[in-house]
Amino acid sequence: MHNGRRMNNNNGKAKDFKKSMKSLIKYCRPYLILILIAVILAMFSSILSIIGPDKLRDITNTITNGLLTGIDLDKVKSISLTLLIIYVVSSIFGYLEQYIMAVVTNRFSKDLRKEITEKINRMPLKYFDKHSYGDILSRVTNDVDTLSMTLNQSLGTLVSSLTLFIGSLFMMFITNGIMAIVAIISSIIGFAFMLIVISHSQKYFLMLQNEIGDLNGHIEEMYSGHNVVKSYNGTDEANQKFEEINDKIYEHLRKGQFLSGLMHPFMAFIGNFGYVCVCIVGAILTMNNVIDFGVIVAFMMYVRLFTQPLTQIAQAFSSLQSTAAASERVFEFLDEEEMADESNFSKKLARKEVKGAIEFKHVKFGYDEDKTIIKDFNVSVKPGEKIAIVGPTGAGKTTLVNLLMKFYEVSDGEILIDGIPVRELTRENIHNLFIMVLQDTWVFEGTIKDNIKYNKENVSDSKVEEVCKIVGLHHFIKSLPNGYNTYLSDNDTLSSGQKQLLTIARGMIEDAPFLILDEATSSVDTRTEELVQKAMDKLTTGRTSFIIAHRLSTIKNADLILMMDNGNIIEQGTHEELLKLNGKYAELYNSQFERTSE
Amino acid sequence: MFKLFKKLGKKHFLYAFICVIFVSINVYLELKIPDYMSNITVLVQTEGSEMGSILKEGGYMMLCAFGSLIASFVVGYFASRVAAYFGKITRKDIFEKVGSFGTEEIKEFSTSSLITRTTNDVTQVQMLIAMGLQAMIKAPIMAVWAILKIAGKNFTWTMITALGVLILIITIIILMVLVFPKFKIVQKLTDNLNRITRENLLGIRVIRAFNAEDYQQEKFEKANEELKNLQLFNQKTLGILAPVMTLVSSGLSLAIYFVGAILIEKAGMMDKINLFGDMVVFSSYAMQVLMSFMMLIMIFIMYPRAAVSAKRILEVLECEEHIKDGNVEKGSEVGTVEFKNVSFKYPDAEEYILENITFKVNKGETIAFIGSTGSGKSTLINLVPRFYDVTEGEILVDGVNVKDYKLASLNNIIGYIPQKAVIFRGSVASNVSYGDNGKDKPSKEKIKEAIKVAQGEDFVLKMEGEYDAEVARGGTNLSGGQKQRLAIARAIAKDPEIYIFDDSFSALDYKTDFSLRKALKKYTKNATSLIVAQRIGTIKDADKIMVLDEGKVVGYGTHKELLENCPIYKEIALSQLSSSEIEKDLGGEVHA
Repeated sequence: MHNGRRMNNNNGKAKDFKKSMKSLIKYCRPYLILILIAVILAMFSSILSIIGPDKLRDITNTITNGLLTGIDLDKVKSISLTLLIIYVVSSIFGYLEQYIMAVVTNRFSKDLRKEITEKINRMPLKYFDKHSYGDILSRVTNDVDTLSMTLNQSLGTLVSSLTLFIGSLFMMFITNGIMAIVAIISSIIGFAFMLIVISHSQKYFLMLQNEIGDLNGHIEEMYSGHNVVKSYNGTDEANQKFEEINDKIYEHLRKGQFLSGLMHPFMAFIGNFGYVCVCIVGAILTMNNVIDFGVIVAFMMYVRLFTQPLTQIAQAFSSLQSTAAASERVFEFLDEEEMADESNFSKKLARKEVKGAIEFKHVKFGYDEDKTIIKDFNVSVKPGEKIAIVGPTGAGKTTLVNLLMKFYEVSDGEILIDGIPVRELTRENIHNLFIMVLQDTWVFEGTIKDNIKYNKENVSDSKVEEVCKIVGLHHFIKSLPNGYNTYLSDNDTLSSGQKQLLTIARGMIEDAPFLILDEATSSVDTRTEELVQKAMDKLTTGRTSFIIAHRLSTIKNADLILMMDNGNIIEQGTHEELLKLNGKYAELYNSQFERTSE
Repeated sequence: MFKLFKKLGKKHFLYAFICVIFVSINVYLELKIPDYMSNITVLVQTEGSEMGSILKEGGYMMLCAFGSLIASFVVGYFASRVAAYFGKITRKDIFEKVGSFGTEEIKEFSTSSLITRTTNDVTQVQMLIAMGLQAMIKAPIMAVWAILKIAGKNFTWTMITALGVLILIITIIILMVLVFPKFKIVQKLTDNLNRITRENLLGIRVIRAFNAEDYQQEKFEKANEELKNLQLFNQKTLGILAPVMTLVSSGLSLAIYFVGAILIEKAGMMDKINLFGDMVVFSSYAMQVLMSFMMLIMIFIMYPRAAVSAKRILEVLECEEHIKDGNVEKGSEVGTVEFKNVSFKYPDAEEYILENITFKVNKGETIAFIGSTGSGKSTLINLVPRFYDVTEGEILVDGVNVKDYKLASLNNIIGYIPQKAVIFRGSVASNVSYGDNGKDKPSKEKIKEAIKVAQGEDFVLKMEGEYDAEVARGGTNLSGGQKQRLAIARAIAKDPEIYIFDDSFSALDYKTDFSLRKALKKYTKNATSLIVAQRIGTIKDADKIMVLDEGKVVGYGTHKELLENCPIYKEIALSQLSSSEIEKDLGGEVHA
């Protein structure tokens, strides 16, 4: 829905062209043979097109020779036939080359996309907490797209243009050195001019990209904050800023477009210029009997062949620049550090054997190595106990979840499940022991049933219904036109409270011995909230539960309360103990009942 | 689309006209070149030609080439001017038009659609103009001119050329029919792939917690494979075009020469030389005809897309705003808001969102609105700054109907804080001093004070650059609570008579919520406040509380009164406070 809007994701230049090209070749290895075949085909195709005009000249010669004496039609026929075969073969080669490159680049980009998503699974959460998902997303799609598209275009053109270029150069020097130099000099002037024009227009387009990004950002900001813009009378200010950027875009677009538009007419001119030069110099040489006029005719053709690929080479190189920039971003991501390998872990805790005890022993942790936020945390939780985690927003309540789920590793000390250090268990094993229900509900596109069953196999429909009855969703789902097969997409089939219930149902199907629960804040209406709370209470029974608590009833009834602030656990104990302590917890608790007027 | 072009104005139409003239000159000169070329060829091939005549012909050819180069420059210069100017003014018009829209129009189009209309759609039309002024004018002139030059020269050759053009057109049409519908699907599949990746990233914790990596991977692979297959099909199909194009163009010259050989052989002695000359000229003009037809086809491919974009742009520009500006600049009272039998329903909706709401608040008073989601409380206060206009009844601010105010004057009276804080790119200070309140921009001290009242001093002082600290687009470098506090500070810095808090406290934790309200109460003693809230704690000190349920008033009074006589209010209270606390509020009486 937002496609094409983000034009400014990178500035189109690679930091290290050579390095990114090297890694590109490394990743292309499985396709090298195919690419080689394509390259050879492209070369053949261009060589054939060099021969073409030569043969055509043979026909004219045959005609001119026979003007008075009668044309050797058989010869014309046989040349025409050869030429036809050459044209057809050259086209077939050309198509085959494109076909192979299409197969290669599409498979290659598919592989890359697959690699990136697999890479996502192998990377520590730390990376995702630090990087915006928009950035990763644009690597999977935009960058891979740019990569395959530019590779597809530039490689083919580059090979055939270079072949043409070198081939005609070779032919020219073989035929006549002086004429060759004349042809080259006259084209080089044009080429130099073209390079200057390209680099100038590139400069404008780069600026343009940044400005378009700016403009898009401004538009997005103003349109989505429309209410505020209007009610603070900010419209004039917004228009003014818009005009500022808009004017710049106008100037740069105008200049950039003009300059890049110069290229083709100029190359055409250089072609003509070269033609005339060759003719004149050729005529002089002929008159002095240095060459015969057949050479001139040949050169008139070579000069065309020689100037034609120059434009294409220049364009192919500039598109290779974008290939390098895109592949740099892709490979940078693929080279990111991965999570520790756990394939040699032998210990395994089965769900059924777990009693449900958890112990934190001298746990130390910090997101950055030099900034410890949890210092020496000790607590022992008995099977079936309920632990409430409280604290103001941003106090680091999710840090505990991160450690429990082994999303992050502790810096020092250890966490034990039934006496076994989690260090010795695989992440997969630990995840298997926990049910996790988070506040920001995650519902994917698919049916309600799929969303509840998720990746669990062998879950009967009746089990799904049973769970939904427990959380109080069954009646609502039944009232939808397609019941459990209702397809959930971007639209608002479910309210946020119902989404919460759905994730609880998904957790219930899991049936694991431990529970991590993030309670809903008051953003749902009262009736749904009650339903959610009841469902959550049901989920906690019989499980060792860690609850990020917002409700007083949860906090009061907890076996243990962990009060967090600034990422650290500052107080722990039961409700009464903490009130007696008269510290931060007491302050937070009491603030809910104070009146502002007192 | 032509309606849009009218915007260009006389000057740029003149530019466009200059383009037409110079394109014609360009074409004329370009078509002259082959003549000189064949002259030179003949001269060089004829033994004993004068050097002087070769130089003369060469000179003419260079003149033509140079002239056509200059003509191209002129065309390029003016075409890029016209196209860029069109983009500029159209973007500006759309942006300003959207700026004048009310909430209703924005909702109708949806924000993301308006954004694409302002950016992508304009670019589409702009591109068509840039291309059009060069290729679209050039192609037909070139085709007609070239055809005229060769017309009547030889029937067989003409037929061969026509055949070449026909083959080319048919190939392109077939390819387009095959591939065009698939392009739309490509977009869909790409979106699909994006969606799954976004899903993977947003749900990364859940996916890992459920050990569902393989499940997600499978989903992704399916979409990935589908996309690959479709792309491959498209590229394989379109890949035919280039070889066919070269085959047709080289085949065309070959055919002309081959047929030429036969024709010349058959012709009488006198015609032979003429025919030979014609053949050379014909083959180069036939190529021009072919080229211009190819250019035309490209335009036909581009046109429909641009036409759709133009339509979408016009939809925005021709949309009539529903909110009309009034002319009153000052009210007759100070700090009052009065609803008189106000009912509201969204345009085209059947049911009323609000029915028969009546109340009045005076200077310095606070009125709070509470109710479950969908009860209409946010809609109610959105009527005050005229995001929507009432369906029935009237709203008076400072004793004057809001519809009679100049919008800018009404906005100066009101300080509105939305549910989701809106933060702009800039600095902390620029966000707080945002907008134009009819007075001078707030001073530095004022900004500092506003931030302090909004409980933002702590975090702002911790930021690099403090009050001048950079704020990223959309405030992404701030937490939800921090953004909300800046949004509140923005309203405070404006010193409005009336504050409107649309659930503005929900992103704050209890403690900050409490201290903010305490500071605010002190600071805004003389201001009137309208508050929408979810938490009982936030509103229980209000002078008046209105309880809404499905758009109707079901309770109106103070916290204590409502606890006693409004069941819905009590239900909400019970879900948030314990019964002992409610008892305390009721002054010790037991109401279980």
